Amino acid sequence: MIKIDLKTALRHLVLGITSFLFALPFIWMVITSFKPANEIFSDELSIFPQNWAIVQNYTDAFTKVDLLGFLYNGFVIVMIIFFIQMLFSIPAAYAIAKLRFKGSKIFFAMVIFSLLIPQFVFAIPVYFELHLLDLLDTYFSLIYPWTISVFSIFLIRQFFMTVPDDLLHAARIDGMSEFTIAWKIMLPIAIPAIIACGIVSVVTHWNDYFWPLIAISNDTLFTPPLGVTYFKDEAAGTDYGPLMAAATIIVTPLVIAFLLAQEKFIKGLSSQAGMK
Amino acid sequence: MDTNSLSSRKLSQSLLAYGFITPSLFLMLAIIIVPTIVIIVLSFTDWSFGDPSFSFIGFENYITLFEDEVFLKSLTNTIFFMIVVLPLSIILGLGMALLINSVTRGAKIYRAMFFMPVMASQVAMGIVWEFMLHPTVGLSAHIFTLFGYESINLLQNESTGLLTIAFLTVWQFAGFNMILFVSGLTTIPSDLYDAAKLDGAKGVIQKFYLVTWPMLGPVTLFIAVYTLVRSFQVFDYIHVLTKGGPNHSTELLSYTLYVEGFEYFRAGYASAIAVVFLLLTLAITFLKTYYFEKKVHYK
Repeated sequence: MIKIDLKTALRHLVLGITSFLFALPFIWMVITSFKPANEIFSDELSIFPQNWAIVQNYTDAFTKVDLLGFLYNGFVIVMIIFFIQMLFSIPAAYAIAKLRFKGSKIFFAMVIFSLLIPQFVFAIPVYFELHLLDLLDTYFSLIYPWTISVFSIFLIRQFFMTVPDDLLHAARIDGMSEFTIAWKIMLPIAIPAIIACGIVSVVTHWNDYFWPLIAISNDTLFTPPLGVTYFKDEAAGTDYGPLMAAATIIVTPLVIAFLLAQEKFIKGLSSQAGMK
Repeated sequence: MDTNSLSSRKLSQSLLAYGFITPSLFLMLAIIIVPTIVIIVLSFTDWSFGDPSFSFIGFENYITLFEDEVFLKSLTNTIFFMIVVLPLSIILGLGMALLINSVTRGAKIYRAMFFMPVMASQVAMGIVWEFMLHPTVGLSAHIFTLFGYESINLLQNESTGLLTIAFLTVWQFAGFNMILFVSGLTTIPSDLYDAAKLDGAKGVIQKFYLVTWPMLGPVTLFIAVYTLVRSFQVFDYIHVLTKGGPNHSTELLSYTLYVEGFEYFRAGYASAIAVVFLLLTLAITFLKTYYFEKKVHYK
């Protein structure tokens, strides 16, 4: 008995220390966002603030630049991107998984090929495409390159593949239309995949830096990451208190969202890992 | 059902299918496939953004590229970076997954803590790390002083800069690998462990070698490829923390491409870098499909 308890205790000790180290930057960020400048720049290391500058720092974060505007841009963009991705990916995934048509293999091969192409490869032509259409520096330019998500098509297809064909045949014999089958039978099955795609999509585009950096120069259209670097360069200088407050504000929504959806996210992704 | 209604069913099925794939097909062509072809064509030209015309110059961009010291340094840095990030993020991810799997209480909390870096913006956390590693007021400076060392700037330093960024990347990737390993572990049937026990496998380590590791083969392969492909797409840390410096010591291919394409607007030259980038990605994938896949199939 004692041996087992020792083992468990040791495991918790190792897990406790490593998970603390993993979380340390977050803890440090939040603590620093509570400190006044003289304590941040002090030679003495103090973990907790002696004087609280929480109101000052967070007020600065929201007033020195339009942080609320950046958050709004980020929110609108990730929502539109996710909506469009699902609107197009779910039907496409259903078609390759369960419908018979000429060219389905070619289409699927194109999806697989596209999965391999990093954004750095197509950035130059897409940038030029948008430049020619005079659409750089708009919401459209932030959304357009991500309206297609081959990852979502692929992941949702994996879920649709698990539905037995016999079930669909039975539904067809019962006189259900193809559209009803897609809507009533297939869609509910794909919900874990849709949630996983949603988290991946929202995290990717909320945090994306490379594309907004090249597509946007007008600061009213900045996304949260652009906003934070802008804040660092323009407003805060080396004043880390408000800067850490701004960082905390843009990181928190995703961390909370993940904590809420943790179980479902893992369920959705594990199917992908299982099939290689 | 008679044959007539069956064939009309078939027709309506393919009509529906074409309707379902058309938007995706169109966007995939416009955003990914045609631009990829365009990039390959552009890499043989001398075009710059804004130029009204261009001419084909054959392999000249590629020749210049492999004579360009900055590019060669960036390529070596990228490969070094991948070699550091890959094993560390896999070992850490697997270790955490095994430990989390072996405890009953607190598993969710540990998992969430390890996963936090995956969700967080590289830009925001890069700035936090920059502050933690600040040579005079950062946490690292206090630790250096505590152990009686002179504090150094770990990021703006030719010998430690790239390793430090690799370390930040491992910090960010390990949690994701952990989640995939956790789900891989749940698919291992427990009777395999019983069988191993009957065959005389003793202790945790033997069980790991006999059952866990072989069963995790396919998941590990997937994770390895995914980690490699993502590790040479690291860009945010470089742009926010070092801009590739000092003296290009932290410059990765993604950053070189950005500078050539979007700061100097040398589209033809940047396209050649993009093609090298693409070839590296494809090489990793083909290696996976045609070489490793045969060795790790246990199903």
